[in-house]
Amino acid sequence: MIQHVVLRIIAKLLAPFILLFAFYVQFHGDFGPGGGFQAGVIFATAFILYALIYGLENAREAAPPVAAQIGVALGVLIYAGTGVVTMLLGGTFLDYSVLSANAGDGQHYGILIVEFGVGVTVSAVMITVFFAFAGRRGVLEEREDVVPTEEKMDG
Amino acid sequence: MIVATNLALLAFLVITACAIARMRNLFVVTMLSGIYSLLSATVFVLLDAVDVAFTEAAVGAGITTVLLLGALLLSNSEARPRKHRFAHYGPLLLVILMGSALIYATLDPRMPKFGGAQAPAHTRVAPEYLRDTVRQVGRSKPTPVHIPNVVTTTLASYRGFDTLGEVVVIFTAGVAVMILLGGGTYRQRRRRGKASEAGKADG
Repeated sequence: MIQHVVLRIIAKLLAPFILLFAFYVQFHGDFGPGGGFQAGVIFATAFILYALIYGLENAREAAPPVAAQIGVALGVLIYAGTGVVTMLLGGTFLDYSVLSANAGDGQHYGILIVEFGVGVTVSAVMITVFFAFAGRRGVLEEREDVVPTEEKMDG
Repeated sequence: MIVATNLALLAFLVITACAIARMRNLFVVTMLSGIYSLLSATVFVLLDAVDVAFTEAAVGAGITTVLLLGALLLSNSEARPRKHRFAHYGPLLLVILMGSALIYATLDPRMPKFGGAQAPAHTRVAPEYLRDTVRQVGRSKPTPVHIPNVVTTTLASYRGFDTLGEVVVIFTAGVAVMILLGGGTYRQRRRRGKASEAGKADG
């Protein structure tokens, strides 16, 4: 954990606003710039900032790696599942018009659901990848069969 | 004015790219690549592609920099010096040839003007998408729903299959990192094992 008071306080203050901004970008994507990809990355950024300031172990408490791993698959499942639902409702794959009596409303719902799936997968992948990279050094240090060379330790 | 801004930004891009190519310190290279992404995001804003600019700023300048720094912790922070002094002249020649060929191709009078209304990109499906997004999407029945961001409808509805593919690509990348680097759970398991043995592991 870093001892810089300013960094720690600011990170704690900023994190909820970053998460809120991610939700804004996610659900306002129909009306302004944004969407699942950007929102997912911004959402993950809040946890990465937390991990950078408060350490990896605390970040793992806040965002359990298992939950992130479930999210990786869940987002794709939501997206593809929407396609299956539209097929069951009598449309073609990912034809959202059948989701509501009004075709335009159906499109709107479909886009919202699908973008949510995108956001879940992107944020979960970003968090998982960051945890994997940041936790790798600890893995190398703890494994007896892999001895890091002096050259690598200097990095 | 906009031309001057574009030229200045492109000049900065070239300068940053040259600096990245010349630097041996990988920490500096990582920071410069973040700056490069931010500059490209600005160029995208000037080209009225705010969605792309948003993604470039968030992914290119934000996440990528952090991930590269994480990767730097696991490797050397200094690139190895070149073994052969003239080894990079071949690739440089190739890049100059390729760039000259591309610039020569834009000089062809049959090429559509930059941003011109008669460019093929604006004459095929794009007008239909623009018209139908405001009026309705997909179905022939007119609807009152108004989705102002055309990029979102194109991405999620007209190009729904493509976006599903993109999400699967990101999913695959995540799974590949988990397979290669352990998904971040290995250490936690070990820590818990040690904690139960010794009573306390780390603070």
